[in-house]
Amino acid sequence: MNPIELLKTLVDFSTFDYLRGVWGPQPWVEPLLDVIGIFAVSTFCLLIVIFLIWLERKVIARMQDRIGPNRVGGKYGLLQTVADVLKLLSKEAVTPSGADWWAYNIAPFLIVMTALLMWAVMPFTSQMVGVDLNIGLFYVLSISSVSVVCLLLAGWGSNNKYALLGAFRSVAQLVSYEVPMVLSLLVPIILARSMSVNSIVEAQNIGYIFVIPMSAIIFFLSASAETGRTPFDLLEAESELVAGFHIEYGGMKFGMFFLAEFIGTLFMSSLFAATYMGGYRFLTAELFGYQTPQLLQLLIFFIKTFIVYFVFIWFRATFPRIRIDQMLNFNWKYLVPLTLVMVLVVALLDQVVGDAHWLVRAAAHLASNILIGAGALVWARRSAAQRHIMVDANATAVVPGPVFTGGGGHGHDDHGHGHAPDTHGHAPATVAAHD
Amino acid sequence: MEKMVTMQVIFIIVSAITLVAAVQVVTNRNLFHAALWMMFSFLGVAALYGLLEAGFLAATQLLVYIGAISILIIFAIMMTRRLMQTTESPYNAQWIGAGVAAVLTFAVILGVVLQVLPLDAGFAPSSANPAVAAAIEQNVVTLGRSFVSADQYVLPFELASVLLLAALVGSIIVARPDMEDKE
Repeated sequence: MNPIELLKTLVDFSTFDYLRGVWGPQPWVEPLLDVIGIFAVSTFCLLIVIFLIWLERKVIARMQDRIGPNRVGGKYGLLQTVADVLKLLSKEAVTPSGADWWAYNIAPFLIVMTALLMWAVMPFTSQMVGVDLNIGLFYVLSISSVSVVCLLLAGWGSNNKYALLGAFRSVAQLVSYEVPMVLSLLVPIILARSMSVNSIVEAQNIGYIFVIPMSAIIFFLSASAETGRTPFDLLEAESELVAGFHIEYGGMKFGMFFLAEFIGTLFMSSLFAATYMGGYRFLTAELFGYQTPQLLQLLIFFIKTFIVYFVFIWFRATFPRIRIDQMLNFNWKYLVPLTLVMVLVVALLDQVVGDAHWLVRAAAHLASNILIGAGALVWARRSAAQRHIMVDANATAVVPGPVFTGGGGHGHDDHGHGHAPDTHGHAPATVAAHD
Repeated sequence: MEKMVTMQVIFIIVSAITLVAAVQVVTNRNLFHAALWMMFSFLGVAALYGLLEAGFLAATQLLVYIGAISILIIFAIMMTRRLMQTTESPYNAQWIGAGVAAVLTFAVILGVVLQVLPLDAGFAPSSANPAVAAAIEQNVVTLGRSFVSADQYVLPFELASVLLLAALVGSIIVARPDMEDKE
């Protein structure tokens, strides 16, 4: 094996083929290559989190007119997170007395495992795919549903009532927002006629965000709820639950939850880039017969991923946290019906225009999506107006009470007048702005 | 041949884990731990589906049994306070009936398995065969089509959906607060 040849193969991503050639058809070659691949992807995910945390702190600081980390590691504070990680690693690993030892200690590892497992089906380039499963997106959803179990383990194992309440709340949120996420991902699956992420990327002559913008927006919203980020970060509502389900965790065990959250957010960004923005495809250059080199594909993929990731950070810096009842209402009363209607319309429409030229097909879907979006907006406005009338006419109108939020005896009525109509006005307005 | 042996070793490990977890479910005194063992056992079954190249079923097993049903059971256990504190023996008078049912089920499965044994060489074609590989690749499409085609499983599929819908509506009605009381 020639080290220089090996380095050369790294550039055009043919390292595995090269190694296969060197080692010959031995029985241990394929398992070893699998292990190397898994190790590479996992290490990449774990290490990039260091950069992501720095990026998030820096960008949010800039948006809030602060400077952010600027001391450790030169001018930009680049080594701040490295120092933080070293601190977390050097802390003592504590298990609180009365905790369920197994549940408490296994939860942080499981949650990082589930976050890493999802990367298996992500196509970084057309050839750099862990496994191109024919059930790709479904696999991602089933793995992410398993991460709910980890939250329950952590909340229960901590033997702390705030942790348990936080876990209940997290599970309610994750399970609820899984519904619009699954349904909105059905739309690209219908259009691409496949669940494999790679096939969905291949099917996008134009990014699906320009064909089915409603589905993209709904996926983005439910993805930010699934990863527990602002405005859906009630999982760690400091004012009510101290820190949510990971209140009893310290040191690197806490770090694992943090790690999983960042890996999950990066994964959702890259999934968005792959399913709605054409993944590694170089805009429409492929249509004119251009063969994008692998390295350029990788670069394009990460540029798209980080554009989405930047929007996640932007959300976090701009939106205030919403209340648990607002969040669940928004999901079950607006997102889920809207997504159901959209899936139905797209499926029926695709039966009609499915065999047409792809431009015709894209235009038809875009038109139907805009119509659905406008319809949803009108409907939301009307229902908000009705709620106004109802609240004004009848001061004791039944407003869904906050479940775990605090507040005095008169809290309910105040919330009813002030916040509830606000949500209904705001949420669809965001939708319209993106359209 | 090499691959067969590896697959058999994996199969034996996975089924051993599944069985041990299943035994733990019924013998563990801590209900929460029993529920966790049940999840582990479901995970083993999902791995068995994966070994059979039925990826869709494996993912469904994860999504439905671990992501939904186990969570529901854990919630039920946590919400029922007395259940958590129980230190009684997990055995009760129903063990005879349960044992009879288990033995009967095992007999039926054994009967079915014995009917196809011994396997002839053509029974398990290797996945290196291009026709077999194509069938595996297309198994999700085949499954989807057979659910909605009129001469296959459309009736049971739709019946199951109606049943689930009825259960959904029913649970909402049961859980709904009584509007009359509020006024």
